[in-house]
Amino acid sequence: MFKKTSTALIFVLALTSGSCYAAGSEGHVHDHDFSFEGPFGSYDQEQLRRGLKIYTEVCSSCHGMKFVPIRTLGDEGGPALSKDEVRAYADQFVEVWDQSLNDGEGDYRAALPADHFPVGGNSNAPDLSLMAKARAGFHGPAGTGINQLLKGMGGPEYILSLLTGYTGNDKTVSGATLYENTAYPGGWISMAPPLYDEAVEFSDGHKNDVEHLSEDVSAFLMWTAEPKLNQRKRAGTVGVLILGVLTLLLFLANKALWAPIKGRKD
Amino acid sequence: MGGIPHDHYEPKSKMEKAINSRLPIIGLLYDTLLVPTPKNLNWMWIWGIVLTFCLTLQIITGIVLVMHYTPHVDLAFASIEHIMRDVNGGHMIRYFHMNGASLFFFAVYTHMFRGLYYGSYKAPREITWIIGMLIYILMMATGFLGYVLPWGQMSFHGTAVITGLFGAIPFIGETLQTWLLGATAVGQPALNRFFSLHYLFPFLMAGLVILHIWAFHTTGNNNPTGVEVRRGSKAEAEKDTLPFWPYFVVKDLFALGLILTVFMAIVGFMPNYLGHPDNYIEANPLVTPAHIVPEWYYLPFYAILRAFTSEVWVVQLASFVTGGIVDAKFFGVLAMFGAIAVMALAPWLDTSMARSGRFRPMFKWWFAILVADFVFLMWLGARPAEEPYASLALIGATYWFAYFLVILPLLGVIEKPLAPPSTIEDDFNAHYGKSNAANAASPAE
Repeated sequence: MFKKTSTALIFVLALTSGSCYAAGSEGHVHDHDFSFEGPFGSYDQEQLRRGLKIYTEVCSSCHGMKFVPIRTLGDEGGPALSKDEVRAYADQFVEVWDQSLNDGEGDYRAALPADHFPVGGNSNAPDLSLMAKARAGFHGPAGTGINQLLKGMGGPEYILSLLTGYTGNDKTVSGATLYENTAYPGGWISMAPPLYDEAVEFSDGHKNDVEHLSEDVSAFLMWTAEPKLNQRKRAGTVGVLILGVLTLLLFLANKALWAPIKGRKD
Repeated sequence: MGGIPHDHYEPKSKMEKAINSRLPIIGLLYDTLLVPTPKNLNWMWIWGIVLTFCLTLQIITGIVLVMHYTPHVDLAFASIEHIMRDVNGGHMIRYFHMNGASLFFFAVYTHMFRGLYYGSYKAPREITWIIGMLIYILMMATGFLGYVLPWGQMSFHGTAVITGLFGAIPFIGETLQTWLLGATAVGQPALNRFFSLHYLFPFLMAGLVILHIWAFHTTGNNNPTGVEVRRGSKAEAEKDTLPFWPYFVVKDLFALGLILTVFMAIVGFMPNYLGHPDNYIEANPLVTPAHIVPEWYYLPFYAILRAFTSEVWVVQLASFVTGGIVDAKFFGVLAMFGAIAVMALAPWLDTSMARSGRFRPMFKWWFAILVADFVFLMWLGARPAEEPYASLALIGATYWFAYFLVILPLLGVIEKPLAPPSTIEDDFNAHYGKSNAANAASPAE
């Protein structure tokens, strides 16, 4: 009985130890079912392409993504643009400084697929490359982080909740306008509501109200933060299966090995 | 070499004899692998192999990561992203390394509490215990140094906090902190040396692991009853033991397989669960995170560090007595290191004649509270430094010290231990009833 109690405690330890991080006045983040959740979830290619369009037309006017190489837009499991599309996408950024040009004097040129996304134009706007992993949406219960086991870390949910969390109220504090937002810690954010209904048009006529746009761009930012998610989950699945079989064989080997020593246990 | 009497390696062929007379390495491996092991070891004795695996995993993945990592304040964070995005399999290697640290600490804590419950630290195994504590301290240092390398927000500001602990030492603190950092603030010199030491310490640990194994191969393993193996003759010892290979190797590998299956699921499906999101933001000295929180495996000691604020009377007393030399900050640092030190002193603080907690009716419950206290402190370590958490942390920290400094010494005097079985063989047969079917009906604990 005692052994069971202590074993149970060890497992409680294991569970509670998971990112038991507190934060002050948390904003409200609501759960959302993204296609890439769960052990077998993967990115929705069409959604990532819509997200890329939203990022390009809206977010990128202030934010940058300096850790994301443009060429990865062509990667399998990501937006999977064709080579020409990637090249054309890179070509729109015409202000890449290249020291090797102009006989070593340096000059600006258009971006190539090998270049990274440009940094943001607004120094107050954080880089979005890893934003979906740099925020956790869920912390409870009691700061133990246990609900992340079921809901996930909540990074994309945080972005989605933030983009849809504007109440329409604003206030001016020492010359700066702050906008009320139900998801932002503290409740007031300096970013003006970036999206509005029909802010971006899709050629296939996909819904473009704020809710849908936010969802698509959140998914896209999850991809930029974790581009190898599909590969990782595949490796995880294969690994668990192989190790599971190996463990089963070791269990049987162990049982057979000890059987003559232990004798019959009635 | 001492140890339990058993068969030794006999070189047979000419070649074997020639090698053995020059370097008896085969004999050493033979003796190590076939060491007589108490046959009643339970599933809590599998963590050693898990820990050995973890050290190996961390060294191998670490060496590969170093091939792609750049220890420079402007490039470190980007080089991690390069590993995550461009290096073949880099994202898996890095996630293995990240989560490998968590598995390592999970295993070491379980291993340590196993030792604390079954009295594995008691004579004649004090040296094994002390070496173990040294390995643990090196693990803590290595884990911390490694956490700095990605140069994220938590890396940077965590470093400032932890090196600040040394700065709290009276008189020499500030000089010591500057010496450790190689500058007056966290920056390039700190990153460079932390990288160097992060690479060095695991090899020191490997050396200590060899000593740790050597020590307990000499004293013999402890076991759930705490009864020693009979050593009168080889025949007698064989009644209590089985050779490590194949019996315990296969058993341990099965346990390792099970644990790695869970580990693989964590790495594959939720690799960031145990990490702090803030470390995916590049270090920025100008922006301090709202809450600086260490990794989960430091939290119990972090809670003890923060528990002793200037409002606590012992702290005020210490400050008064020392004329203000021991302030709240330094007291907290002393408490944190003291919490580990009292654990290391357990062999001399525990006065009980009984070794295993299984036969100590009162100890059992105090021990259970200690484990619960550890989990409680871990939770508190992640909470903000405010009420009621500060008071709760003080209670938790007090129990931690009371357990080692008061309860362990006193229990030896007031507790009446139950009689353990006279031999390991008896204990084993009582569980498995090979020779006596009636005994098999007794519950397995």
